[in-house]
Formats: sequence, structure tokens, C-alpha cells
Amino acid sequence: MFVYTISFYFFSIIAILSALMVISAKNPVHSVLFLILSFVNTSALFVLLGAEFLAMILIVVYVGAVAVLFLFVVMMLDINFIKLREGFLQYLPFGVLLGLVLLIELGMLFYTNNFSENNLVDFSNLPKFSDVENTKILGNVLYTDYFYLFQISGIILLIAMIGSIVLTLRERSGVKKQKIYNQVHLNSKNAIEKKKIELGKGIDV
Amino acid sequence: MYNISLDHFLFLGAILFTIGVLGIFLNKKNVIIILMSIELILLAVNINFVSFSTFSGDVSGQVFAMLTLTVAAAEAAIGLAILVVFFRNLGSISVEKINKLKG
Repeated sequence: MFVYTISFYFFSIIAILSALMVISAKNPVHSVLFLILSFVNTSALFVLLGAEFLAMILIVVYVGAVAVLFLFVVMMLDINFIKLREGFLQYLPFGVLLGLVLLIELGMLFYTNNFSENNLVDFSNLPKFSDVENTKILGNVLYTDYFYLFQISGIILLIAMIGSIVLTLRERSGVKKQKIYNQVHLNSKNAIEKKKIELGKGIDV
Repeated sequence: MYNISLDHFLFLGAILFTIGVLGIFLNKKNVIIILMSIELILLAVNINFVSFSTFSGDVSGQVFAMLTLTVAAAEAAIGLAILVVFFRNLGSISVEKINKLKG
């Protein structure tokens, strides 16, 4: 299928180029935007792989939540970004060399060990698309076979939420805040006081 | 006839992984870029999971990719929270000063 090949190369080349821009952009805001572009292209690749549910989740979770969180933090912190880029060019030649070595090693691994033969799992040359919708298949296994995994991911998210709240909570001095505990524990005995006021005289509070 | 095989997707994952590692290596001072590089690495892991899942006809890989996604989101949230507290205390996000976290 010609369209399949063309779209694979189109999306993956854009994903790789935007990933390169993520690590080399001068302004971190641009980095976050390129990260979003990379995620969107990867989710298109997931659609090509027949994993539509994960593709949509990738857009919702990454582009909708994580990348926006990054944008918030980048714009909230007032940082001198030029100073932070010192040493980029100094490490560039060695870094590129290291990256090339890593890439060549990974590539050699893929081409010497053919995944379609001599393996425990039988990998086909074609992607295996099933007739049932992807979401339905995932739902069938997620709440039965992988029930514990599902629960554990919920606990991980809960811990992350508690952790980030605890980390960023702080008591600010000089700010008047509502103290809910004191409000709730008021009762009529210590909140209201009866006084008799004599006629013609005031009262000291 | 599909020309795209499993190797193509694995190689794409390898390239994204390498770019992520390179990003950690090159941006030694900017913690935000380092966190984004970690996101790229986890994205490469996800591509591998999903492509193995599709080419073997087994849906388990996609379930594990969802777990990876959850962990990535949690890691980003906590990392950025630490970053905000760090910036509030020191006024910079340089990695070289991060040893002051030990107090």
C-alpha cells in the first residue's frame, strides 16, 4: 500500500525533526511546542499501527495535560535562558558522537536479530489489524486480565497528585487566609457574649 | 502490499530514544529541557510497545503502553513540582546547583 508507506515516512520524519528541535531550540517555549508537534505525529503513527485508542489518549494526556503543564511552568518561572545554554556547543561534538554510537548499536541489534524468525513470539511482516475495534479489545483485557495493572496506575496517579500538592504547598506570612478549622469549631458558647448595657452609657468591646 | 515492517518502527523508536539521550547530554543546565527529553525517551518506549503489539497481534503491548503513559504523566507532574520549589528557593534552575536539594 503506497499511501501507508508515504504516511509512515511523512509522520516519522516530522516527529524526528521536531524532536531534534526540542533539544536544540533556544527558547524553551518553542521546545514545548515542538514537543507537542512530535506527540501529535507519533499519535498519527499509532493510528497507522491500528492503536486508535492509544493515539487519542496520547493527544488527550500528553498534548492536553503534560505539555500544557510544561508551558505553564516555563512561562511562570522567570529564568534567564541564555545563561542556561552555556556549554551547549562545548558538549556538542562529543554528544553527537555518543548519540551516533548508540544509534548504530541499536540499529545493528535490529538488523542482526531478525524479529520475524527464531523467536518465542511470531512477528509477522504485516501489521495485524483485527476486525473488532481497538477500544473494544483493550476494554476487554484491561478490566479483566490486567485489572491489577489498572489499579496500580490509579494509585500511581494518586501518589503523584498528593506528592505535587505537598511539594508546592507553602505557608505565606502576611496573607490573611480563611481558617476553616476555626470556623467549623465555633459554637454559640464562645462566639456570642451577652452584655447588659446601662442606659446612657456605652460599652467597651 | 505493505513496505513498512516492524524494523522501520523499531528504528524510529531508536532514533527518538537517541535524540532524548542526546538532549539530556547537551542541555546540562536546563532542567526543563531534560524533563522534555525524558518525555521523548518514554515516547520512544511507547512506539516500541505499540509496534511490537501490532506486529505480533497481541493487545498486551498496548496495555503496557498505557501504564508507561501513566508513569510519564506522574513523573512530569512531580518533576515540575520539584522544579517550582527549587526555583522558589534558589532563584535558578541550573542542574549544577541541584545538589543543594540534600539540604
